[in-house]
Amino acid sequence: MKVEPATSPLLALLAGFISELRAAGLPVSLTENLDAMEAIQHIPIEDRDAFKYALAATLVKNHAHWRAFETVFEVYFSLRGAEYDLVDGEWPEGMDLSDFVDGLDGQQRRQGGGGGEAMSAEQLAEMLFQALMRGDDALMRAIARQAVQRYAGMEPGRPVGGTYYLYRTLRNLDLDGVLERLMDQARQDAPGDLTPLEERLERDEFEARVDQLRKEVEAEIRRRLVADRGVEAMAKTLRKPLPEDVDFMHASREEMMALRRAIYPLTRKLAVRLARKRRHGRKGPLDFRNTMRHSLSYGGVPAEPKFRYPRPAKPEIMVVADVSGSVAAFARFTLHLVYAISNQFSKVRSFVFIDGLDEVTSFFEGVDDIGEAVHRVNAEADVVWVDGHSDYGHAFEVFWERYGKDVGPKTTVMILGDARNNYHASQAWILKEIEHRARKVFWLNPEPGAYWDTGDSIVSEYGVHCDGVFEVRNLRQLEGFVENLV
Amino acid sequence: MSFSFADVDSVRKGLSDVQYLADEGIAGVVYLAERLQKPVLVEGPAGTGKTQLAKSVAEATGARLIRLQCYEGLDESKALYEWNYKKQLLRIQAERQGEDPEGDGMWQQIEDDLFSEEFLLTRPLLEAIRAAEPVVLLIDEVDRVEIETEALLLEILSDYQVSIPELGTVAASQIPLVFLTSNNTRELSEALKRRCLFLHIDYPDLDREKEIVLAKVPGVGESLADQVARIVRSVRQIELKKAPSVSETLDWARTLVLLGVEHIDADTAAETVNILLKYRSDIEKALKEFASSDEDFAAPVAAS
Repeated sequence: MKVEPATSPLLALLAGFISELRAAGLPVSLTENLDAMEAIQHIPIEDRDAFKYALAATLVKNHAHWRAFETVFEVYFSLRGAEYDLVDGEWPEGMDLSDFVDGLDGQQRRQGGGGGEAMSAEQLAEMLFQALMRGDDALMRAIARQAVQRYAGMEPGRPVGGTYYLYRTLRNLDLDGVLERLMDQARQDAPGDLTPLEERLERDEFEARVDQLRKEVEAEIRRRLVADRGVEAMAKTLRKPLPEDVDFMHASREEMMALRRAIYPLTRKLAVRLARKRRHGRKGPLDFRNTMRHSLSYGGVPAEPKFRYPRPAKPEIMVVADVSGSVAAFARFTLHLVYAISNQFSKVRSFVFIDGLDEVTSFFEGVDDIGEAVHRVNAEADVVWVDGHSDYGHAFEVFWERYGKDVGPKTTVMILGDARNNYHASQAWILKEIEHRARKVFWLNPEPGAYWDTGDSIVSEYGVHCDGVFEVRNLRQLEGFVENLV
Repeated sequence: MSFSFADVDSVRKGLSDVQYLADEGIAGVVYLAERLQKPVLVEGPAGTGKTQLAKSVAEATGARLIRLQCYEGLDESKALYEWNYKKQLLRIQAERQGEDPEGDGMWQQIEDDLFSEEFLLTRPLLEAIRAAEPVVLLIDEVDRVEIETEALLLEILSDYQVSIPELGTVAASQIPLVFLTSNNTRELSEALKRRCLFLHIDYPDLDREKEIVLAKVPGVGESLADQVARIVRSVRQIELKKAPSVSETLDWARTLVLLGVEHIDADTAAETVNILLKYRSDIEKALKEFASSDEDFAAPVAAS
């Protein structure tokens, strides 16, 4: 099938769309690009949903990239038109406000509810409450627009990010308060008392609706911003790293949640891959004895040669992790990953420190839920000695004193931290001693390489005594390191 | 070339006639797969109807379903084709018992005979290619084969042909509709992904799950289906080892119907929750979540 000449405006838009996807980190190949072009010729172009799925099916081959795709799609193909101009604040055509107001209970009816401008803040809040109570999608969309119009205070050309407008709008809507009101209403409407189960269900339902409203508000703000600033500029400001590229140390709360969701499938994948690697190792030298044994069934002819399969020794792992504020998230993810594949090691012991040090191996023993165990480590481990500021020197001293004798020639020691020692004594000699006894010593640093040895960071002072110092800033790097470790 | 589906809506309708409720995305991708003649890679959590989608498409289009179940150690002779050695041996024996073979001409003929279609055992992939009638090919759990074996699939997925060294290339007489399913236990190769349309099937939303329960469970009432769907949605919000799948939702709904339950209260839920959740730690967690009062769980849910 022939692709139309590149003069059509749609094609130009699509070309921009695809290069933005690539800029956001999605691997879109040339064939996939062509597939997308072909796919959209088969669907009615005015059907926005179908258009979206056609592009998604041909361009996005990894579900973790879906969010990034969706954001770019919304920016490039959001409904644009005169009605989204910033100055215009009327209710959308064909949506008669008075119908809604009449639909409300008699006591709440106001006289003469005309255009949106005429409504007071209380009226809007009341409408919001009713819309959420009834789960009325159309009304919710209308309210979202009205709320953005009224509260966000958007001005053309103002260099402010979308989150600022979102915050302003949501603060005025007071969604938490509305949620409580909805719950109160539900309790009143119920014939008897709500059981905890029913209460929970009601709350989940309302939370889902409130979430829906929040998304509508977000979409509305985005649409207006795109109309104001143009597609390319907007796409660039919204560009976010993919989950596997998110920096541990600077992850926002939302990104942290995405990371936590990503870690479980990652560990499962890693475990499967490692187990497979072990089983399908290269063939070793001929196993003469075994071959002779099997030749008996062929009348002494060695028809079935047997080989000695290499059985790589499982390493013993000791994880020593800094869990002070700045690097705690990194330590959590690494512990999670190491324990998830702990059957690849003969033994895993873990220690956490800030300025004191504590062994936390027991938290992980016989536990199904690694996340829960990691959580307990944060809450219960005794890691503060004096003031709760990282002191690598003292922590190493304690480690050496209490557990140094356990470090043997089979042990691999992993130290996690940014080596920001708050100008305490480094006690690097301990690391040297450990290196002598242990099989390997690795240092994983969540800071970008450029920051090493700046300020109070003394990575290289410790690093000379390690077999390797690695920059591990995101899941991708962590995965790579752990795979090589086994 | 004629297509089974005129537009996206007719895909939806066709599938719902065979009791598969497709959402917009699923129907759209199935439609495109037929138009673009490309395989579909279906990914998603276990028990969300990935395999069922292929079966239902086959049923809706009246095509024959050919299924290749993937496992570790799958090879050419089980996926593509194999020569029937026993029959070939018999053929040689039969020749010997007849006249004495004179010269090379005879041997040439035997050799030609031996590698003819008569001695070819077709395995699912070749069978799908050679079929004269419309066929839906389901390659199930493709993530279970090793990465090297994946290469076996590439020729058939991009060109709809199989090369047999002794026979030549067998090209498809009709293009089969191909579905590959994956539970995403490993990253599939770029080469494979590039050749496919990608479809992620997630847990259905509240309304769709309710419709699925209504369609699939005989004798279930509107209000019971609604409650089931809502409870399952809430359960999925808890962080569990294994969230309940659609098939488990259906099992649960069936059980409730059998028990004659009209309205689910906390006790019924607690007694039958083992159908929904399969790990003891999950069950305990869920029971704890739902038994606690509203203020207690509001905080962890918001924070998680």
